[in-house]
Amino acid sequence: MTTTMPKRSSPPPAAAVTPARRTSRMRARRRESIAALGMVSPAVFLLVMFIVIPVVLTFALAFTNARLISPTPARFTGLQNFRTLLDDPLFYKSLRNTFSFATVVVPLQGGLALVLALLVNAKVKGVNFFRTVYFLPVVTSMVVVSILWTLLYQKTGLVNEFISHLTLGQVQGPDWLTNPSTAMPAIIVMSVWQGVGFHMVIWLAGLQTIPQDLYEAADMDGATRWVRFRHVTWPGLKATRTFVLITITINAFALFTQVAVMTQGGPLDATSTVVYQAVRTGYSQQQTGYASAISLVFFVLVLAVSLVQRFLTREKD
Amino acid sequence: MTSVSPAPARPGRRPRRPSPRRIALQAARIALALFFSFPIVFMLVSSFKPDEQIFGDLDGIKAFLPVGHLSLDNYTGVFERVPAMRFLLNSLVISAITVALSIFINSLAAFALSRMRWRGKKIVLTAVIATLIVPFETFALPMVWWVNQLPWLQLEGGRLVVTEGWLDTYQVQILPFIGNALFIFLFHQYFQSIPKELDEAAVIDGASWFGIYWRIVMPLSGPAIATVAILAFLPMWNQYLWPLMVVQSEDLRPVMVGIDYFFQLNPSWGEIMAYSSMITVPVLALFVSFQRAFVNSIASSGVKG
Amino acid sequence: MESRTRRLAVSSIAALAAAALVGGCGGSGNTGSSGADGNTLILWTHNAGNAAEYGVVKQIVKDFNAGQSTYKVKIQAFPQGSYNDSVVAAASAKKLPCILDVDGPNVPNWAWGGYLAPLDLSQGKVAVKDQLPSTVATYQDKTYAFGFYDVALTMYSRKSVLNKYGIRVPTFDKPWTEDEFMGALAKIKAGGEFKNTLDLGTADTGEWFPYAYSPILQSFGGDLIDRSTYKTAKGALDGEKAVEWGKWFRSMVTKGYAPQKSSKSPADDFRNGKTAIQWDGSWSAQANTDKFGSDLAILPPVDFGNGPKIGGASWQWGMSSTCANKEGAQAYLNFSRQTKYFVDFAKATNTIPATDAAAAQVKGYEAGGRFNIFLKAAQEFAVVRPVTPAYPYVSTVFSKTARDILAGADVKGALDRAVSEIDTNLKTNNFYAGS
Repeated sequence: MTTTMPKRSSPPPAAAVTPARRTSRMRARRRESIAALGMVSPAVFLLVMFIVIPVVLTFALAFTNARLISPTPARFTGLQNFRTLLDDPLFYKSLRNTFSFATVVVPLQGGLALVLALLVNAKVKGVNFFRTVYFLPVVTSMVVVSILWTLLYQKTGLVNEFISHLTLGQVQGPDWLTNPSTAMPAIIVMSVWQGVGFHMVIWLAGLQTIPQDLYEAADMDGATRWVRFRHVTWPGLKATRTFVLITITINAFALFTQVAVMTQGGPLDATSTVVYQAVRTGYSQQQTGYASAISLVFFVLVLAVSLVQRFLTREKD
Repeated sequence: MTSVSPAPARPGRRPRRPSPRRIALQAARIALALFFSFPIVFMLVSSFKPDEQIFGDLDGIKAFLPVGHLSLDNYTGVFERVPAMRFLLNSLVISAITVALSIFINSLAAFALSRMRWRGKKIVLTAVIATLIVPFETFALPMVWWVNQLPWLQLEGGRLVVTEGWLDTYQVQILPFIGNALFIFLFHQYFQSIPKELDEAAVIDGASWFGIYWRIVMPLSGPAIATVAILAFLPMWNQYLWPLMVVQSEDLRPVMVGIDYFFQLNPSWGEIMAYSSMITVPVLALFVSFQRAFVNSIASSGVKG
Repeated sequence: MESRTRRLAVSSIAALAAAALVGGCGGSGNTGSSGADGNTLILWTHNAGNAAEYGVVKQIVKDFNAGQSTYKVKIQAFPQGSYNDSVVAAASAKKLPCILDVDGPNVPNWAWGGYLAPLDLSQGKVAVKDQLPSTVATYQDKTYAFGFYDVALTMYSRKSVLNKYGIRVPTFDKPWTEDEFMGALAKIKAGGEFKNTLDLGTADTGEWFPYAYSPILQSFGGDLIDRSTYKTAKGALDGEKAVEWGKWFRSMVTKGYAPQKSSKSPADDFRNGKTAIQWDGSWSAQANTDKFGSDLAILPPVDFGNGPKIGGASWQWGMSSTCANKEGAQAYLNFSRQTKYFVDFAKATNTIPATDAAAAQVKGYEAGGRFNIFLKAAQEFAVVRPVTPAYPYVSTVFSKTARDILAGADVKGALDRAVSEIDTNLKTNNFYAGS
């Protein structure tokens, strides 16, 4: 994050400040604090009410044997759920799948989105049309999109038809979603396809805030396109970069809908993700306590990753 | 911060005749447009075909072409099966209110976090961002229990009555989704690009903090507002898991729950395509209009120093 | 400092857990009542979007409300796909309706969990003993729900296709044996005329997998759980017979007979002529007849050694245990038990009427009728899914295992893992002994 927060103004030389001015400034400072609290509190209140409290309730359930349906109230079971989790091979697979999905999707989607943004940030005919078309998948619900792609990914579906035409019949595509080695890549392609328009818009917003005069100055220096990108565009997108990175990462870690609709975690657990496992365990299998434990462990892991991410991006600044 | 020219990037050399480079770029744009639109075209085209034909055409290019028995039967079917207009209206109301409140409340918080000096704001900002990490699916169930404990004021026969439990209401579909860390973060980033000297000048002129927020910063934040509007609208429009857990009356249901109406023993895929097309169009219209608005607002504000 | 923070964290977690337990979050302590406001009762059905069946529900409610003046029933309809989630969410908020429908195999789980109350159906015009056994849900000797209809698994093909390849058309009394079936598949496959020689409908999610494939497992001689004790799946799901089933199931894919993942609409594929033989249910019979007329062959399930088997139990009606007006709910349920409503449901949904008296009035299901084979199958081949509160869990494990086997998992290993998961679940829940 770009913490350009104002540095606490260092105290001016004592002699220069009269007591009267100091108290008036202290009063102003206090007013500012109170106003700030007033402005933050509605949002903070809502976040506490509708995220923090339910999440803490969920985490509390991780230490119990709570079930979705049960005649008896939940009992405190200490770390039992976590011990079970450590021996659960599916959890490790899901973790690995989730992280590898994120590792591929974050750079791929972020990069492609930037390319798209640059492509439609030019002054050519029909940019608005292209922007809208690239944004199309984003406005279509993920459930609908997943169903459509399931049809496309079939052995005799359109994706393979296309591959076959493109290679003059030399290559016959696999049955994408039923092959353990192609199922995850197939979901990755579809997810990027669906989400990239969203981040194109964010990059666009960032591009638009880069002052024109910087480009004009660069042009006057006779800079090549690459130099201009490297020295004007890229630094100008610093704040946007952080935002794009964080949003894609968080979305990638929450991968669920595509898996639930397209593969149910299969074939052979190749697409099982942590959130999918938590939902399946908590709802279909009615093991609320265990599902909460999965969520809690996952929360801690993602928090750690984001802290590392933040630490790394900060160091470069 | 001099430029007011609406010309986006790459001013200067502007060849009259299309160069090979420009042709290549345009070709890339068109190819990408095909890539991003083909499933949607499939959806639209299929919405006019009978079920059997959708699956018959699936193996070839015919899937994208409006050929065969085309009719509006699927659309008629949709209206027979689902109170579609009611659902659309519900979603529109729920999404619009959420978007409006979301823009106001989150930008207000972001303003305090990015432009004001107070103790503890770093911690608040970090904590706020941490709330992004937990996917909603994982805590939805305790949330149902929780919102059912909450009180609400209701006007009954001219008197205010306290009722318990939010199930089966509009507010339960709106209020939980207003506070949003992502939007706070987005506004926060954007507000930092607005010169702070503006605030200082206003303070000297005796403006209140809210006045600065309302009259100086927000009017300069068109792009951020438009972005948040789009980003807030989408998930609200696509709400599925939450309403099916907390809404029991058909009159209060949003559009995405309607999709489930079509998944019977033998789903009617034509109707599913028709309904999906119907619920996609309003969002697209919204995007097109906001997209224009926010490009224009950027061009005219010439923000950033 | 550090230890203090830790102590603080631990104690606050404990406090919150306690709060959650007191609140009954996750459990359902059955305090309070709901679902009725005086004599106005709420009824939930899974039929939103299914006009035909919903129409019958509305008709019964209308007749009931008009026929007496004490009670009034109000309907709330939900779409089927998410109905269970809606019910569970409502239960966790203690907001269940008085009358609700439930998918048959879930009844023991909901009864055990305190969602459903036992029923007294003696006041109804149709006697419980006249119903198909699979349409009455009994758990621990109490009746918790009943259905107006059932459905039957079946195979569809075309007589012209079978004749062309010289394959005997099986009859109810003489179904195909495994060898005959495999021979038939080989012949059709060799003809190369069909995209799918056999379509098992493997793209479906949810309850279809156990509904459709556990009867095949039972026909091989295996089962989902040991029904003599309901305390282990050992022997049933990992025995020699179960392994045989798994190998056969996978061979359908490896031999190229059936797609590992079917298309989104196997029924349309069959009607489009892409599929030679389709494993489906009685609900498709009408549409297939409309398409192929007398050429349609409705085939009984294959006998893999232990007799042909199909699944039993479809949607059924019950009363919530939190119902604030149980007399009213019973009155409604008993009122609905009239032959004409059994007839209406079966006609509206193309399903098997649950009584002989009703079957006689539904075209096709009367003795000698075109669809009478379904009624006979439901009487003679139907096996209900295991009657245990563990069933929802067993169902998810079986679905995943079957999917893994189709995808090429080692059969014995996959079944062993399934058994160990089910047994662990049974043990953890104290064999679902109840409160």
